[in-house]
Amino acid sequence: MKDVPDNVFMTSLDAAASWARSNSLWPMPFATACCGIELMATASSRFDLARFGAEVMRFSPRQCDLMIVAGRVVMKMLPVLQRIWLQMPEPKWCISMGACACTGGVFDTYAVVQGVDRFIPVDLYVPGCPPRPEQLMAGIIALQDKIKHGGTLNGTEFGKRTQPMGPTPFDLDELIRIREGNEKLIALS
Amino acid sequence: MMTIEDALKLKFSCDELSFSQFRDNHRIGVPAEKLFDILAFLKNEHHFDMLVELTAVDYLEYEGAKDRFGVVYVLVSTMNGARLVIKTHVNDPEPLLPSVYSLWKSADWLEREVYDMFGIRFSGHPDLRRILTPDEFTAYPLRKDYPLKGRGERHNFPVLTRAES
Repeated sequence: MKDVPDNVFMTSLDAAASWARSNSLWPMPFATACCGIELMATASSRFDLARFGAEVMRFSPRQCDLMIVAGRVVMKMLPVLQRIWLQMPEPKWCISMGACACTGGVFDTYAVVQGVDRFIPVDLYVPGCPPRPEQLMAGIIALQDKIKHGGTLNGTEFGKRTQPMGPTPFDLDELIRIREGNEKLIALS
Repeated sequence: MMTIEDALKLKFSCDELSFSQFRDNHRIGVPAEKLFDILAFLKNEHHFDMLVELTAVDYLEYEGAKDRFGVVYVLVSTMNGARLVIKTHVNDPEPLLPSVYSLWKSADWLEREVYDMFGIRFSGHPDLRRILTPDEFTAYPLRKDYPLKGRGERHNFPVLTRAES
């Protein structure tokens, strides 16, 4: 080891790739509601997302590796979301930002998807309604840690995630469950 | 000068029309079969050249209601700023009204929205498709017998796992 000069250091290829990826996350802003305003604030000068290498908001999914779903997703928008997710090149990650993207929030209605994790894989959830820019940045830092500690050069860690991310058991029709609950209540009373 | 109420009573049989007023809001209830003639008369003879709103109300299980749907037309005259609310009623099954697209072009999307949300069809509309919900949607969400959380349409999508995407 005597021959190795001071400016050379040893690491694994996985760690080097993950380090590079985690510090150049290019977000795809899928901003559909007020969370999108906080997302814009996060990217602008006061909070300055550029400090974490994530300032390059690309509006083409081909150039992104971090999808930030900010806001409620309605059933007409979900096919678009899935298509954009499929168009993004590997490796890619997804942040579900805000109460609506995570769970549907207060919009428990016929048209609003009750959490995007039911239909696309999500790596990190940022709670809040809407979350402050600090919260989003904390989320991005946590995602950077996740990439640094679990990332591989070939992305083999993604292949293990064969189960949907959403709540289990997955409700095909919540209405049936609600009706059955109502019938039980009537039977009890 | 003759008021609109008098003119309508003169031209159409007055026992089928109902007139009411709340503050400055003049409302006329009309039967569905005379709706188009009355609206055309108001537009051509009384300069109600603007249709600002066309919407519907579902009176299912509403106390004292005789008909299922109420359809409301709000007209404005840009000549003198007068405002008039025309209301008619239609019933199940196959609620049908004449389209007023030929009178006001703004009825195009408004009638599509009423069709999308309440399932009231407008005969003579040039392009009566759904406007807000997806094309494959089959229900009419603003009807009172449609549950707030839907019939599971919001779950009817393929699930992408991380391994396959």
